[in-house]
Amino acid sequence: MNWDWSVVDEFMPRFWDGVGVTLRALLFGSLIAFALGLVWAMAQRSGHRWVRWPVNAVTEFIRDTPLLVQLFFLYYVLPEWGPSMSALTTGIVGLGLHYSTYTAEVYRAGIGGVPAGQWEAATALSLPRSRTWIAVILPQAIRRVVPALGNYVISMLKDSPMIAVIGALDMFGQAEGYSNETFTAEAYTVVGIAFLVIAYPASLLIRYLERRLALTR
Amino acid sequence: MPSPAEFAKSTSRANGSELVRFEKVTKRYGDVTVLDELDFSVSTGKHVTLIGPSGSGKTTILRLLMTLVRPDEGTIRVDGDYLTHEERGGRLIKAGEKHVREVRKKIGMVFQQFNLFPNMRVLRNVMEAPVHVLGLPKDEAEQRARELIELVGLTEHLDKYPTQLSGGQQQRVAIARALAMRPQVLLLDEVTSALDPELVQGVLDVLRDIAHSTDITMLVVTHEMSFARDISDAVLMFDKGKIVESGPPDKIFSEPEHQRTRDFLSTVL
Repeated sequence: MNWDWSVVDEFMPRFWDGVGVTLRALLFGSLIAFALGLVWAMAQRSGHRWVRWPVNAVTEFIRDTPLLVQLFFLYYVLPEWGPSMSALTTGIVGLGLHYSTYTAEVYRAGIGGVPAGQWEAATALSLPRSRTWIAVILPQAIRRVVPALGNYVISMLKDSPMIAVIGALDMFGQAEGYSNETFTAEAYTVVGIAFLVIAYPASLLIRYLERRLALTR
Repeated sequence: MPSPAEFAKSTSRANGSELVRFEKVTKRYGDVTVLDELDFSVSTGKHVTLIGPSGSGKTTILRLLMTLVRPDEGTIRVDGDYLTHEERGGRLIKAGEKHVREVRKKIGMVFQQFNLFPNMRVLRNVMEAPVHVLGLPKDEAEQRARELIELVGLTEHLDKYPTQLSGGQQQRVAIARALAMRPQVLLLDEVTSALDPELVQGVLDVLRDIAHSTDITMLVVTHEMSFARDISDAVLMFDKGKIVESGPPDKIFSEPEHQRTRDFLSTVL
């Protein structure tokens, strides 16, 4: 196979569009996953069964069905009843929702790792439940789980090409489109390297955080 | 520095009235009955030490008072109010969270494992509850916290995190934190058991000072018998969830009536 730099050159404008989509999907998808996962995890600690049970059911369901199917559902089925969203927005919601069920488990472990004595001290001081969460439990729990959350961001990056199937053209979607039109293959290699260039520094950063957080506690 | 008595501000309660009352309190964990229809009361301003072998129910009494566990049967009253029950139309029903919170504010607790908040500096550990539970203005809460931290001799450590302190220092911060809520009752749950031997005395000195110079009511679970003898007005000897005997410390420690008490004391003295 011959490598043709001019093909790479020609692909570049579409590549950068794809990078923009990938990074936006990753950023907003992560924010949704971080926020929603925390909501799930806290709801699972609720004293009310009618809060715990539905949340458990929903997160279990999402975790046990493929992201690909969820993306199709959100994009093609949901608009039948609800608002339709752009392909990228759907992709972001899909990634965020899917990964929120994993981050929920991470938060749950983090919250469970806070010693019972911390809850007891908060009770002994009569701190309201909301204040106990915000000032005592979450700062300790989240600190423990930052590296694990980071790992899911990298997983999400690697799953992000799936949003191309509903037409949100990320790096991979652009490469596929370009390659099919021109009967070339260089674009796939470019995108593969691009994934590595984003993921590797990110995983170094996570390892650094892991070491730093371990040192200071 | 204000006198320690101000920290235990207790709005002219008549000394000798009943502050804590257990009535037929039973607590079980599975098949094990930890407390068996326990009756006892503590008068305002008194210091009562609970002694007895491990598993005899002493710590459970403190945990019940702090509402960390709920009784299976019986009632507990603090300053006349039911702790885990409410009176509605002449009948006694299970108390709501709000009621429990109100009554619980009269109680403070110091734990064996300190349980300071590791994500907060010393000053904020002590200020947290006065600001967010009592609703004190920040500057007032800070002044109160600084005074208490001075009382326990840690002024130079105000800005440190708990992990930067020794166990003894952490426990003294925990004492300051409990006192900052100005509780009427202070519960001390084996507060020196987790400390290195050389750090025990500093903590006991602080507590002795508070016991002698304030009118705060104390319930103490401890294995430090000389400390118990020094600060207690009464000692209750527990075994298998019941009170075996009770009396002033001199009597319990010098001439216990029951064989069970003599056996226990011979193992700890």
